[in-house]
Amino acid sequence: MKPIALAVFCAALPTLAAADLSVTDPWARASILASRPGAAYLTLESDIADQLTALETPAAGHVMLHDTVTDTNGVSRMNHIEALDLTPGTPVTFAPGGMHLMLMDLTGKLEEGSTFPLTLTFENAGEITVEVPVLSVTATGPGNAE
Amino acid sequence: MNQTSNGGGLSRIRRGLWAMTGVAVVALGAAFLWRAQTPGDLPGPRVTGEAAITNAYTLTDHTGRSVTADDFDGQWQLVFFGFTHCPDICPTTLAYMAQVMDALGPKSAQVTPIFVTVDPARDTRDVMAAYVEAFHPRMVGLTGTEAQIAEAAGNFRVWYERAEDTTAPNGYTMAHSGHIYVMAPDGGFVDVWLEGDAPAETFAENLSALIQATGSSS
Repeated sequence: MKPIALAVFCAALPTLAAADLSVTDPWARASILASRPGAAYLTLESDIADQLTALETPAAGHVMLHDTVTDTNGVSRMNHIEALDLTPGTPVTFAPGGMHLMLMDLTGKLEEGSTFPLTLTFENAGEITVEVPVLSVTATGPGNAE
Repeated sequence: MNQTSNGGGLSRIRRGLWAMTGVAVVALGAAFLWRAQTPGDLPGPRVTGEAAITNAYTLTDHTGRSVTADDFDGQWQLVFFGFTHCPDICPTTLAYMAQVMDALGPKSAQVTPIFVTVDPARDTRDVMAAYVEAFHPRMVGLTGTEAQIAEAAGNFRVWYERAEDTTAPNGYTMAHSGHIYVMAPDGGFVDVWLEGDAPAETFAENLSALIQATGSSS
């Protein structure tokens, strides 16, 4: 039993060591016109308190953090978030109809099937670059290419 | 005999009174909801006791044709007001409408999804064409003059406003209500949905049942 437990522990070790901050399930919706802002989504989770301070991608002139707030009357507004606080153990999920990364001044249309790199800068974790797959214009989530 | 017919008369009156009370309660409730929904600084349309939502507009479709709401008579209509600079909620809702269309199967032939822009200054006919075609082959995009859009939105009780935002493209964005209006083949208002209220399949099932029950005049 012991060697197995040890093996499992060792196998999990690299993940534990690297798991201070994870960026998972990134995806962007294909854009219809390059002249219109695009949107990207992902999930962030940190083991320690951290703050997302900057976003950068060659696919867009600049990236903004937005929260779509829909009130009880169904009126939607976008709130600009300057810096996003991460609380240990509480994942932050960006999803359609909620928080999203607004990709402004796209350098080109986001074509379905392509990917682009996105660099996130955190106060503690530093820079993390992920490859963002571009899904269909009608996609509603990371695992749904329909 | 007299007793019986009197009793019948009284209960009819009683029923009538209850019915009137019911109508009054509904009207008051509707008026209250409408007031609650209308931001105070807007000259909100007045509720007169008639159905609050009217399917009426004169706009230009994405092929350049001038259309009125009557042009869609005979079709169930899913009407959504949004704008193409909206990166999140608008494409999400349009994608949802496209999913509803797909989930409807053959019945989708009786349904027209309609996307009306609240940002006609930037959403020209060409932009609308590119947009609706990307979402669904049967989707119709409508634009017009600021006045035509204001009239259409007013008739649907859709609220929108231009919000100045120096960080947004062209320095502004739009706040808007994100409802999907379900309109019957006779143009009458049936229901209102928000993307996120239920999966597209549920929306499609409900709509399918409505189509089944009512049929289509075309």
